[in-house]
Amino acid sequence: MHELSLSGAVIDTAVKHADGRRVSLVSLRVGRLRQVVPDTLEFYFELVARGTLCEGARLEQELVGARLRCEACEREWEIELPAFRCPTCGGADVEVVSGNELEVESIEVEEAATCIAQK
Amino acid sequence: MHRTKVRIVEDALDANNTIARANRADFDRAGVTVVNFMSAPGAGKTSLLERVVGHVPGVRVGVLEGDVQGSLDADRLAALHVPVTQLNTDPSFGGECHLDANMVRSALAELPLGEIDLLVIENVGNLVCPAEFRVGEDARVMVSAVTEGEDKPLKYPLMFRTCDLVLVNKIDLLAHLDYDLDRFLYNVDQVHPGVPLMLLSARTGEGVEAWRDWLAGVAARSHAGVPA
Repeated sequence: MHELSLSGAVIDTAVKHADGRRVSLVSLRVGRLRQVVPDTLEFYFELVARGTLCEGARLEQELVGARLRCEACEREWEIELPAFRCPTCGGADVEVVSGNELEVESIEVEEAATCIAQK
Repeated sequence: MHRTKVRIVEDALDANNTIARANRADFDRAGVTVVNFMSAPGAGKTSLLERVVGHVPGVRVGVLEGDVQGSLDADRLAALHVPVTQLNTDPSFGGECHLDANMVRSALAELPLGEIDLLVIENVGNLVCPAEFRVGEDARVMVSAVTEGEDKPLKYPLMFRTCDLVLVNKIDLLAHLDYDLDRFLYNVDQVHPGVPLMLLSARTGEGVEAWRDWLAGVAARSHAGVPA
């Protein structure tokens, strides 16, 4: 359900950088820890984008795996389930190396065909 | 017409976080500590506040009450003679299922910041979206009632991971439920190792002193300039 709120945040970010131009593609990096369901995000993105510069734009999602690093024993590992204790030493001081991303990587915008030759 | 790629690399929640930092700076200037108080609907947030807000030793508490609609919770708390400000997400913000930094910002002018030391923001009941949106808080507290089942940390890890205190409410009902408390504690430890946790009952009052003392402590720490 949070995909609705998140799609709004993604669209606001894209529109801010679009500088008044129509957006045709939004490329997003989504960490596994965000618990985003890609199809649901795409569904809401299409809906929330209506009436904005992102209307009709395609949403491209790159899923980023959740990697953790133990500060105590320096082990680095990837998790599938939300288990944040180090499996080697049981340490609790664990840093998230990747997996928290919700990052608008790039957008593709439509430029009006201002032909230099006509000037 | 041609297409140009614009490289951005920006967290989609940056805009919210920027406003949250502005809120935090305003609260700091006013000397007010802020707690973002979250849970699923019906876990007992308002009841747990009713138990403590009027008598946190040495701390004047105010409440910002977030709801989709209505002022039922705000009315309950106002009856205890603490300043309560209602923030509804329905009329102005499209019935959002959470508070975000901008909504809290819109309520700043109505908050009696000069008359309080601690502001508790009671978020909209929801274990998902409120975890995503910082509002300018010093600390995050969540309630998980034993009636919700012991698997909730695994289902809502972001909420459990981002909070600074977990209140386990309704423990007076343990005898009537098939709830495995040890399993719940194990699950919390998997998701957020070492997070402080309190067992209590808003109904009987068991354990509420520790909750009240925690609020007093967080207000004092934050005023001493130590981040919570």
